[in-house]
Amino acid sequence: MSNKPVFLSYTRSDLTNFVVLMGLGLAVIPFLVQTDYWYSSILIPWLCLSLAAIGQQIVMGYAGQLALGAAGFMAAGAFALFNLELRLEFIPFPINLILAGLVAAFFGILFGLPSLRVRGIYLMVATLASQFFIIWMIDKFGWFKNYDTSGIITAQDIVIFGREFTTPMEMYFVVLVVVAVLTILAINMTRGSTGRNWMAVRDMDIAAESMGISLLRTKLQAFAISAFFCGVAGALFAFTYLKSMEPVAFDIKLSFRILFMVILGGLGTINGAFIGAAFILLFPVVLNTLGNEIFHGMIDATIISSIELVVFGVLIIVFMIYEPLGMAKLWENIKARFKSSRVPDPTLVQTRKNT
Amino acid sequence: MTEFLFFIEVVVAGLLAGTMYSLVALGFVLIYKASSTFNFAQGAMVFFAVLSFVGFMELGIPFVLAFFVTILLMALVGLATEKLVLKPLRNQSEDTLLMATIGLGFVLEGLAQAAWGVEVRRLDLGIPDFPIQWIIESTGLFISALDVTAGLVAAGLIIALALLFKYTKMGLGLRAVADDPGAASSIGIPLGSIMLMVWTAAGIVALVAGMMWGARAGVQFALVDLALKALPVLIIGGFSSIPGAIVGGLIIGATEKVLEVYIGPYFGGAIEGWAPFVLAIFFLLWRPEGLFGEKIIRRV
Repeated sequence: MSNKPVFLSYTRSDLTNFVVLMGLGLAVIPFLVQTDYWYSSILIPWLCLSLAAIGQQIVMGYAGQLALGAAGFMAAGAFALFNLELRLEFIPFPINLILAGLVAAFFGILFGLPSLRVRGIYLMVATLASQFFIIWMIDKFGWFKNYDTSGIITAQDIVIFGREFTTPMEMYFVVLVVVAVLTILAINMTRGSTGRNWMAVRDMDIAAESMGISLLRTKLQAFAISAFFCGVAGALFAFTYLKSMEPVAFDIKLSFRILFMVILGGLGTINGAFIGAAFILLFPVVLNTLGNEIFHGMIDATIISSIELVVFGVLIIVFMIYEPLGMAKLWENIKARFKSSRVPDPTLVQTRKNT
Repeated sequence: MTEFLFFIEVVVAGLLAGTMYSLVALGFVLIYKASSTFNFAQGAMVFFAVLSFVGFMELGIPFVLAFFVTILLMALVGLATEKLVLKPLRNQSEDTLLMATIGLGFVLEGLAQAAWGVEVRRLDLGIPDFPIQWIIESTGLFISALDVTAGLVAAGLIIALALLFKYTKMGLGLRAVADDPGAASSIGIPLGSIMLMVWTAAGIVALVAGMMWGARAGVQFALVDLALKALPVLIIGGFSSIPGAIVGGLIIGATEKVLEVYIGPYFGGAIEGWAPFVLAIFFLLWRPEGLFGEKIIRRV
């Protein structure tokens, strides 16, 4: 096991990818995209939800724990940041954001405890408890909402080192930087000993335990880190996308959407989180546009949202049957096809996960 | 004395409401027993079944006929699920199957809404949701007629299912399939028709559960979320036990009502939403296989 800090390990292709992606995100997109709509309705929610999906990916795709409560942790992070900004305003925003993630991580550990004894659907039910409990707690105890009875609580402005970030493009930069830093962290964790332990537990926990991996430590670590990611994602989601604090926005439906992002995007890949989030977010937009453009509003909006449910459901079933590794694997397949003309790269041939 | 009466009233109302959870859990247990699949879509089936039933009634089909047409529809849903979803996923891990049934649930919810619309429907079964007069007069308890009916219907369904499993050839076949599908099919038990029967039974249970819930709260999407509460019921009762589903439902129903009435006010109420799940966690720590479930043995 190497003792190098996770931030310092990278390969050359990582570096090029990073430079290209960050160049795209920080320079090319702001140059090309000038409309606020794209920032506030597409890019910001996409990045936030991708971050939450990475959280779900860590606990489910890497550590193999079927959890269904990402939105609850997002709510914990969002309201933690709201209260930190409200009550401890002397602390700089970036530190408060980290603290908000840590609050969510605390809940992650708390509700991850059942994972030490149960798995599969049992664990799913246990994590559902966190979803319902956290939302209820925020809703019922006025302190979390600063005793605001109007029902609409605006999130504070983001101020970093005295500079305000208020326009959609400025907020996009904040989100992009946070997501980039945490994504690198996630990639390095999943490649390092932490991630290896998670995957060993996922593939067979008894074997992992007999090799000296502590299940207690590994599972709770996965839950804590997952909840940290979800918490930061939720805080950003509330402060830059919703711009208001409402527990309802973090209901069970959002948890399901994040679960779908991970399943469709591809379990056990960081890419999959981004691909899945883009799909789940953009598909309804595309469907609505199609409905309006082609049928000129002849089809009811409720029908369109019903079709959305059916398509997501069918896709999940189809992916489970034909490509359990999701869209990320499809993307790998396409890349492999263009890379080597005839002979498939043996490292890319992955066998179906069997248990 | 009146306080004690009130407590009894709360418990009875909770128990009777619990039978509604039991009904949803029952459908889940049926499919789990036959095919070892956690059918997460059971809640969606409840919604799909009752919305179709109400839809058929609105088309002018009489009550009884609509009931049977819906059952036929649920049998078709079961057949399609078996052929298109479960068969291609045979021998996959439990988690994979679970995720596929989550997908199935969304398909059913979407289809139901696309076909019948999203507005909340009223369902009038002719049973009032009011306290029964003679019970008030004889004991002083306020107990809703709908709750009592739900309890009786649940009891009737359970007895019918128990008899079916115990005394019919189909039931014997089903138990064989539940024990070992491979061995069962090798001695000539028709796997396909057994599965069709199980899915139909699960569909009937879903329809009845949906009718009971719908009569109380209206036929609407929220039924799907209500049905999620069948999950803690299953954890308490055990996934493969019909009596477990009943007892689990009663425990959840009674506990959540008692907690809501006596402890809820100190926390601003609405603890019903999460109390069953937290209760389930404590049960998991104490008895992960549930009250009536088989001990979970994992082979390496």
